[in-house]
Amino acid sequence: MSVSLFRDVVKPIATGFGITLKRLSHKKETVFYPEQRREQYPRTRWRHFLTRYESGLERCIGCSLCAGACPARCINVVAAENTDEKRFSPGERYAERYEINMIRCIFCGYCQDACPTGAIVLRKNFELADYKRESFVYTKEMLLESYPGEADAPWVGEYEEVK
Amino acid sequence: MPKKVETIVLHDSSTPVLGDIQKGGNIVVTSLDTLLNQARANSLWPLTFGLACCAIEMMSTAASRFDLARFGSEAFRATPRQADVMIIAGRLSKKMAPVLRQIYDQMPEPKWVISMGACASSGGVYNNYAIVQGADQVVPVDVYVPGCPPSPDALIYAVIKLQEKIKKRKFNKIIEINARTLESDKPQEVHA
Repeated sequence: MSVSLFRDVVKPIATGFGITLKRLSHKKETVFYPEQRREQYPRTRWRHFLTRYESGLERCIGCSLCAGACPARCINVVAAENTDEKRFSPGERYAERYEINMIRCIFCGYCQDACPTGAIVLRKNFELADYKRESFVYTKEMLLESYPGEADAPWVGEYEEVK
Repeated sequence: MPKKVETIVLHDSSTPVLGDIQKGGNIVVTSLDTLLNQARANSLWPLTFGLACCAIEMMSTAASRFDLARFGSEAFRATPRQADVMIIAGRLSKKMAPVLRQIYDQMPEPKWVISMGACASSGGVYNNYAIVQGADQVVPVDVYVPGCPPSPDALIYAVIKLQEKIKKRKFNKIIEINARTLESDKPQEVHA
């Protein structure tokens, strides 16, 4: 009786909880997201940026190749001519309007590949969720970086990064 | 008889202030307001509504690496009767839309909807005859998550955004449940 009690009840329970005990000493896997942040991979594709040259001129020349390459048809580019008084980009033309519908974008990065001047880049900021559908049409003012190199600057936040 | 507007946009944050009936009652019930909102925001039980590949990320969100349980949302319910928030994960085909609406209607008030991913939010690349171009044509959506699919971090961010929204809710919004029982909105018997 007591032998079968040990074999059928006590031993399986001890074995089972033994695994639990062993796991207690392991490293915790959970990333505490709002406080910590998972390290993103180098080629992660999230939020778009329109970059500038070191001189402050915009890289985008309004050629609409990104819009042509986009499989979701979510980019709208309206080009305009540069003049010597109002010069935005080094070439003949610049993008007067540049809009991306972020809610339709699938972050494939084809626009980044198609861009001849490297103007549109996708970076690591994934915190894009919002309440209103209208707020997802990112205009040129939102996409264009405010100073050269803003897109490559480390993503500022009050989070610590964990592996 | 035309339906009143307040019954269509029932619990969206963009709902305008409806009438004088909802303006009163904020002095007495402010504490209750906060308590209710805290309770609701921190026990959001999602409805399992995986439609496509976004569902994989949704499952991953609930798993140990990202652990949605830290926000009180670990209990994914298979029945709409016990769920608070519906996470539409994946493209919504036109055949699925009536089912989605029915399940949404079966959820008890108050209820929220997260539209996860490009396809659920706007149709994404599937701009064709089979896919609903945005789940907000079928149900009112509270939080949209861009991405294809959104990473678990992005979904958790959306849940946090939804919690912020719920915590801002005013108690007088609850009266809007009564707005449903207007004469014109009572379900009418249909004779076949």
